[in-house]
Amino acid sequence: MMTLLLGLLALSGLCALLALLLEAANTVFADYGPCQVSINEGAKEFTVKGGGRLLSTLMDHGLFIPSACGGRGSCGLCKVKVLEGAGPILPTETPYMSEEELRNGIRLSCQVRIRRNIRIEIPEAFFLIKEYRTQVISLKPLTPFIKEVHLKLLEPSEIVFKPGQFIQFQVPEYPGSSEPVYRAYSIASPARLKTEIKLVITRVERGIATTYVHNFLKEGDEVLINGPYGDFYLRHSDRYMIMIGTGSGLAPLMSILYQMADEHIDRPCTLYFGVKSRKDLFYQDEIQELLQKLPRLRYVPVLSDPLPEDHWDGETGYVTDAVARDVTDGSQMEAYLCGNPLMINAAVKLLTAKGVTEDRIFFDKFG
Amino acid sequence: MESSLSAPIIFFASIFTNNILLANFLGMCSFLAISRELPSAVGLGLAVTFVMTCTTALNYLVYHYLLVPFHLVHFRFIAFIIVIAAFVQLVEMVIDRYSPRLYVVLGVFLPLITVNCAILGVCLFMVIRKYNFVQSVAYGFGGGLGWMLAIAALAGIREKLKKAPIPKALEGPGISLIVAGLMALSFMAFSGMIQMG
Ligand SMILES: Cc1cc2nc3c(=O)[nH]c(=O)nc-3n(C[C@H](O)[C@H](O)[C@H](O)COP(=O)(O)OP(=O)(O)OC[C@H]3O[C@@H](n4cnc5c(N)ncnc54)[C@H](O)[C@@H]3O)c2cc1C
Ligand code: FES
Repeated sequence: MMTLLLGLLALSGLCALLALLLEAANTVFADYGPCQVSINEGAKEFTVKGGGRLLSTLMDHGLFIPSACGGRGSCGLCKVKVLEGAGPILPTETPYMSEEELRNGIRLSCQVRIRRNIRIEIPEAFFLIKEYRTQVISLKPLTPFIKEVHLKLLEPSEIVFKPGQFIQFQVPEYPGSSEPVYRAYSIASPARLKTEIKLVITRVERGIATTYVHNFLKEGDEVLINGPYGDFYLRHSDRYMIMIGTGSGLAPLMSILYQMADEHIDRPCTLYFGVKSRKDLFYQDEIQELLQKLPRLRYVPVLSDPLPEDHWDGETGYVTDAVARDVTDGSQMEAYLCGNPLMINAAVKLLTAKGVTEDRIFFDKFG
Repeated sequence: MESSLSAPIIFFASIFTNNILLANFLGMCSFLAISRELPSAVGLGLAVTFVMTCTTALNYLVYHYLLVPFHLVHFRFIAFIIVIAAFVQLVEMVIDRYSPRLYVVLGVFLPLITVNCAILGVCLFMVIRKYNFVQSVAYGFGGGLGWMLAIAALAGIREKLKKAPIPKALEGPGISLIVAGLMALSFMAFSGMIQMG
């Protein structure tokens, strides 16, 4: 017994001593001193304590760079041009870079650490991206796994976005996450409503953000969001439109359809909505209303796994199977896809095989 | 009873005749993983040498002044690993600070030094063979240099191999293992010179 206690004591002492030493070393070695960040040839400049990541540093200074993975280096969205001071390109960045981007000094801002003065260039549009304080006015279950989060903007009180774009939702520290994280969610509401937005959020098993939204978020809570981001939005042309959404991927498509109804954009369009069974279909009343307003809109719900009680006589199988059955010649079509990456990859393959050119296929991958 | 070998002999032996990698086959994973290019192999070799030298010294002190007096020698595995882990953290910080490029190249392998069995092996051999402090440090330093010599040699050979006509099935790890085996065989020639225990 004594030996055990003594052993524990000795080992704990050893650990404590080493931890202390490491902490001391950390303050010495991780101190890079003050570094200057200069944006667009001095349009904005500030000095920061070196050592931090470029993405989060810019965020702390009110500059929001698109990012969908919360800085894990897996979405490849947070690209900025670094003119000077970023150090060598990292193996975590190269998979997301084309030859040309490599030559032009494009970097993933979430991977670049600020260790000395740094000069960067970002598109003017990024200056318009803001952080918004919002309040949850309602939380509505749409299906067993999907919730609609309705947010009212408090400060600033209005947001201007292109239908189809997404925002970043800040999940604060909570029992499932020791630090705030950001996740991308498409705006599902019409752009004409500037003071409020709706998000449609699918629960992901053990997901940090979705567990928070589904189990912890309450009406009346304040939430920080930033945006708008993304180049998934309606292109103006007269082409036939194919829209394919799976699950919560319907969200940005709804926003685009509202825009078409509001602006009387009467284009031929088929909306394919793929889910498992009838209980997973949502926004059906809203879609019926849109069908009234948009005479050339066609709606095709597709169930991959209908239950006997669904009494389903509509399309079945994968959503892409239904598209494959419908479309013969895609050469004059435009496609808008949103949902899980597997569907998107399959749909892009199918559509290009049907003759839709790649520059006419727009998508947001929820991966 | 203390080992009768003198420190310089131990130093020499641990590099050539009893190379920790080629004679004991310890530290194989990073040996194979980081030996594609000479500069990173040498970088990792230096890091391992540094960690090995310092941790043998530290672990010698921990063993003889903490574990032995309190009759806690059976805790030596845990204690040694804790010391090695903490020390690797420190090295990581230093490399990150002063050589970001090496930091990037070593990537996940840097923390892997912690689990480099060669380092724990050296610490345990030092105890088993009853080395004194100076002998231990000489052994640690030599062991590190020996490991570096082996990985640098392999990296050099692999760089040459890039241009060699290797059968498709043997490319990559296959040929590396064969080369490592041949290197071990050639180092066998030294092994009769000194008996380390
Ligand atoms: C541009 C864009 C727009 C998006 N819009 C929406 C939207 O409108 N509605 C919406 O619900 N989501 C949307 N997403 C996805 C969203 O950003 C999150 O990735 C998702 O909600 C999971 O976050 P999490 O923190 O709960 O899970 P995490 O903690 O990030 O992940 C937990 C685990 O689940 C896995 N995982 C993550 N996502 C999925 C998934 N979809 N299916 C299965 N496994 C998964 C991860 O690999 C991980 O192992 C969008 C993503 C992008 C890039
Ligand atoms: S934020 Fe996703 S790659 Fe940088």
